[in-house]
Amino acid sequence: MTVSTAPEQAPDQPERPDRPGAPARPPLARRLLRDPVVVSGALAVLLWVVAALYSPEFASWGQVVTLLTVASFLGVIAIGQTLVIIAGGEGIDLSVGATATLSAIVASRFMDGSNEGFVVAVLLALGACCVVGVVNAVGVLVFRVPPLVMTLGMIAVVTGFIRLYTGGRPEGSAAPLLRTLVTGDTVAGIPGVLWLWLGLAVLVVWLLRRTSFGWRLYAVGGNPTTAYLSGVNTTAVRFSAYVLSSLFAGVGGMLLLGYAQNVYTSLGTDYMLNSVAAAVIGGTALVGGVGGYLGTVIGAILLTVLDSLLRIMQIGGGEWGDAPRQIIYGVVLIIVLTAYGRQKRLRQ
Amino acid sequence: MTTPSRTEAPGAAAGAPPPPLLLRAGRSALSARMPTLAVAALLVVTVAASAVLQPNFFSAYSMTASFATFLPLATIAAAQTIIVLAGGIDLSLGTIVTLAAAVSVVLMDGDDARLPLALAAGLATGAACGLVNGLVVAGLRLQPIVATFATSSVFGGAALLVLPQPGGEASPALTETFRMVVALYVPVPAVLLVLLWAAWRLLRRHRFGQYLYAVGGGADAAYTSAVPVSAVRVFSYTAGGLVAALAGVALLADSGAGDPTLGTELTLGSIAALVIGGTRLRGGVGGVGGALVGAVVLSLIQGLVFFAGVPTDAREFVYGCIIIAAIALAGLLTARGARRPAHAGGPR
Repeated sequence: MTVSTAPEQAPDQPERPDRPGAPARPPLARRLLRDPVVVSGALAVLLWVVAALYSPEFASWGQVVTLLTVASFLGVIAIGQTLVIIAGGEGIDLSVGATATLSAIVASRFMDGSNEGFVVAVLLALGACCVVGVVNAVGVLVFRVPPLVMTLGMIAVVTGFIRLYTGGRPEGSAAPLLRTLVTGDTVAGIPGVLWLWLGLAVLVVWLLRRTSFGWRLYAVGGNPTTAYLSGVNTTAVRFSAYVLSSLFAGVGGMLLLGYAQNVYTSLGTDYMLNSVAAAVIGGTALVGGVGGYLGTVIGAILLTVLDSLLRIMQIGGGEWGDAPRQIIYGVVLIIVLTAYGRQKRLRQ
Repeated sequence: MTTPSRTEAPGAAAGAPPPPLLLRAGRSALSARMPTLAVAALLVVTVAASAVLQPNFFSAYSMTASFATFLPLATIAAAQTIIVLAGGIDLSLGTIVTLAAAVSVVLMDGDDARLPLALAAGLATGAACGLVNGLVVAGLRLQPIVATFATSSVFGGAALLVLPQPGGEASPALTETFRMVVALYVPVPAVLLVLLWAAWRLLRRHRFGQYLYAVGGGADAAYTSAVPVSAVRVFSYTAGGLVAALAGVALLADSGAGDPTLGTELTLGSIAALVIGGTRLRGGVGGVGGALVGAVVLSLIQGLVFFAGVPTDAREFVYGCIIIAAIALAGLLTARGARRPAHAGGPR
């Protein structure tokens, strides 16, 4: 984004550039206004302040922790989404919602409310998600199905499999260990799920910025031909992105299971497009090769704050049901995207 | 594919005789018409299978019922195709369908006298929603996937406002006309399907029909060739919204009541039908005819899974697997003609 806006802003550059040979950079204020992470971070804080003014309880420590806990599910599921989108080629994974549900359902069946089968359950659930990821990747990379269509089709397959597997009535429940991880205090009054999210976030940011895998991912997303000619195995990189996407969706699904304690078949449905929205709000461009996970974290928090704000303002309660909340949610999403998520003009 | 072989023909004639004219013509027709042939083959297979598994498939009653279920999906697939051809995508189409149907059913309220007004209001709603989408995508230059996700939240909320629960009562005239059999084996929905196709052929002949392909094929090139790119985009979304409203009316006529919660499912179906019908998701290649056939094939497969005696719990899974297979097949065939070198790693 900043790259494309740079030429327009060139006349406004400061009198004395720091280094004579350096490319012209727009002033700091402009750059901050154009930085998705800054804009959505500021907006999230603003919404939070509005919510706190409206209902002082919202500012309490417990509420903040709850809010972040809810955001963490979206955040974890959106990790994979971010990776897939960065890997380019119109990359998108719409099956994350269904995959998260699948993972929760498999895990709850094998945990069945006790800690004994915990490890087995987690491994089986992640294994099932891995299969989904591999099928997605094969469809996209071998059969050349557009990712949007492939992952859309996988929703039908995964949902169908869930129906077949459960007979429409999911059984079992979360292990106490998982429950403690998500809802109980562990360290410093912060639930373990937030530590987990923090750890995963650091891991992913490090992976994207400091490892060769991360650089390859950006290279493939930015320009697959150049990446290939530079010796990057583009297929392998994209393949791993899809598998990782399903794996992280599975982790998110299990966290959701720990939060909800029981599973139902539409557990992860809402995360399908919200994970895309979180990534895009955070500045990851759908064309690929641009963005990062930090933005997605902020995007996930922003979406969660917005949703909670609309809920506590009781918009959506009463006679109108859910409708006004949905409408406002959509409008705000468009406004946020308009702030910086715009594509370049045809006329240049 | 034939052009190179023709230019090489004089040189090659010395060594080996050029391939016979008929063969060459056949090959070129095959490569140009591959998606169409594939979807036609699929249609033949599914119709044959239906005829075998459903004893009364060709009876007047059964034909009426089949075409009544084809029509809504086919219409929404046509709407999606118009938008995709121009290089966009509309994830809110399903909610436009439900919103238009909700507006119509609330206004007509089971009264024949109100039918024209209610239909006009429904269609106007659809076109207005499409216009909003078009303005958001072309005017604000937002990425279509996230922008239409946001508007789908708005339209879905509006549909819930208009019609909080599934219900309402369509006018008897509408539902009865829909079930009529015009001639021996030709029910009204089949006539409407043909009319829809004829309307598309008209649009295809019109300047704007050509513009759709130009913009979808390459917005920059179209812009330099003095095609009003933004206007064409807005037009495609508006036309898509209008046609989606027609799908809403068809749904209403088929079921006799409105349902505000169908949205997502319809959107997914429309995209699957379009891809099976040979339209390229990146725009510029394909047509409504293929999408109509694709929608018919999808509906037939759904019926086949039912009549083939697949156990209830496994139906969704089997259906999903068949859809994925069909999509992968379509993807392979569509990519055949214009396969990029392996290093390009798929479309960008």
